[in-house]
Amino acid sequence: MPLRDPAHHVSPRAIVFWTVRAVPGWLLVLAAQLLWFGASGDHVGGRVAALVVTVAFAAVHLIVMPRWRYRVHRWEVTRTAVYTQSGWLSQERRIAPISRVQTVDTERGPLEQLFRLANVTVTTASAAGPLRIHGLDRATAEGLVAELTEATSHSEGDAT
Amino acid sequence: MSVSDPERDLSWRRLSARMLLVYPVRELAGAIPALAGLVVAGRSVGNGQWWWGPLGVLGVIALSWLRWATTRYRITPGQVQLRSGLVRRKTVTTPSDRVRSVDVTASALHRILGLAKVDIGTGSHQRGSGLSLDSLPVAKAAALRAELLHRSTVPSDNARLAVAFGAETKGPEVGLGEVDTELARWDPRWVRFAPFTLSGLLGAAAILGVGSRLLDQLGVPAGDVGPIRGVMDYLARTQIWLDVLEGLVWLVAFVTVLSIGGYVLSYWGFRLSRHPQGSLHVTRGLLTTRATSIEERRLRGVELAEPLLLRVVHAARLNGIATGLKSRRGAGGGGSLLLPPAPLAVARDVATQILRDPAPVAVVLTAHGPAARRRRFVRALLPAFCLILAAGVAIWSGAPQWLALPAIVAVPVAALLAADRYRSLGHAIAGRFLVTRAGSLDRRRDVLECDAIIGWNVRRTFFQRRAGLATLTATTAAGRQRYAVTDLPLSMAIMLGERALPGLLDDFLEPDQDHP
Repeated sequence: MPLRDPAHHVSPRAIVFWTVRAVPGWLLVLAAQLLWFGASGDHVGGRVAALVVTVAFAAVHLIVMPRWRYRVHRWEVTRTAVYTQSGWLSQERRIAPISRVQTVDTERGPLEQLFRLANVTVTTASAAGPLRIHGLDRATAEGLVAELTEATSHSEGDAT
Repeated sequence: MSVSDPERDLSWRRLSARMLLVYPVRELAGAIPALAGLVVAGRSVGNGQWWWGPLGVLGVIALSWLRWATTRYRITPGQVQLRSGLVRRKTVTTPSDRVRSVDVTASALHRILGLAKVDIGTGSHQRGSGLSLDSLPVAKAAALRAELLHRSTVPSDNARLAVAFGAETKGPEVGLGEVDTELARWDPRWVRFAPFTLSGLLGAAAILGVGSRLLDQLGVPAGDVGPIRGVMDYLARTQIWLDVLEGLVWLVAFVTVLSIGGYVLSYWGFRLSRHPQGSLHVTRGLLTTRATSIEERRLRGVELAEPLLLRVVHAARLNGIATGLKSRRGAGGGGSLLLPPAPLAVARDVATQILRDPAPVAVVLTAHGPAARRRRFVRALLPAFCLILAAGVAIWSGAPQWLALPAIVAVPVAALLAADRYRSLGHAIAGRFLVTRAGSLDRRRDVLECDAIIGWNVRRTFFQRRAGLATLTATTAAGRQRYAVTDLPLSMAIMLGERALPGLLDDFLEPDQDHP
């Protein structure tokens, strides 16, 4: 009896967001290679090959990673627990009981604001287990925070 | 000298005036490099500047006097307060029922003067939230410790009663060590395990590092120092294999002496005891003595550390998993030490007594199966084969032949390591504890109370998914905050999660034949 996936996907806009976020890293690599091109005249074959490989890797990464992430990144909140799934090559599921939730935050980086996305972070008394839901629609995120705040206010104990 | 006497409690008190002797010495010791610099600078500038050194010393003494004069503390029935600072006045207030640990430390200098430093921890993760009273007379420190600890273990309603009857109840308990039961006591023969810890190696590295820095600072090339030059000359005259051999012998001797010294310094007179009011006490130290305590209700488990070297001599270390103790990451966590390297049988016995349950240390662990074993071997052998490949390429392009030797030796070593890593891997539920064990060079059996588990992280890398494995991590507010069960088959992981924390996973299980 394996664990099933959490019920909800994040916002589809997250696909574009993840793509855009991954672009600068690849641009840096490309810029370094172009600099190498300009710097010296020999090893032309090797440099062209390196450039082709970089472009190919970048294309595959930029196409595959966001879509794969979108399929993996899921979340669910029940009466008793919060359940998230994230990652792509390496995937992680995190489960924490509502009764142990200590804080619920939302945050939006500049890029995320552009895409009208928000992150929700649920922390417990353990430094090891914050549950993060990336790329939520802003309205969904606000609803989720309200729901979690409501749910946690009913639970007792000091959550440690 | 009852600390809880309300009249005296409410007034602000100073730290011991004898600290005026300790501060300057300590500050001067810390300022030796700077002062040396001043002296050297004074000398190089000319004879007119000789007074820089004494001026520096006077400045340090004045600063320490100011520090003593501006620091006050008071203990009211509900709070502990510490006020300090001249320009920026700072008052730290801690409700006494939030006090989670009271550690008493006395360095050699403190001990000569009959003083001890009291560190009051509140278990907050923020830095600077604890209180440090540096220092009080030893008797006062012990009394304060006894009072704060017991006040916080008594439920708050009774606390007021206890304070009201303070004079009678606190009196006999001033000496914490008198009524408690002893769980372990240091045996001088344990020193034989010292060379099998890596502390000596770290110490040697530190000494070499400091030494080279010092020479560097003084502007002396290492080759100009007499003994070093002698050694260099000797090395140049003799065969290289002889040099290596001699170097190794010297290193081993050096490390052994250092580790024995370190062991004796930190663990001399070690004693672990249980106080009937529900706390464990550890006292230890040869020159600097430390007395630490862990409330048992905050102790959520133990870590039995058996690194490879210690396992060779049948020894192990024991650390506590406690909430609200600042666990230093890395080498064993000084704050939660329960037993220094000691015979394995003793460590197991102490763990049993602390947990009040023999099962967690005795239970036979469930192995993680063939897929986990394969993963251990792949992960150990892959780098070894890469090494062979690299050595092959290097030799092919003209490197000396003997490079192949370490690469070839690496394979059986890696295989042995993988086999041992798999043998170590295991988990169990024993009584109310989750038990997990992993590692070879640094093997550890973690015993964590299931009640202390907050939630689960189930991590699966690409290769773990292909092998059908998962790493189940229990998150907790205690100790390392995370205790992982590595590479167990997914179905086993879910079953283990269900057994440790019944109900949490119910909502998220695949609706299969159980729930049509």
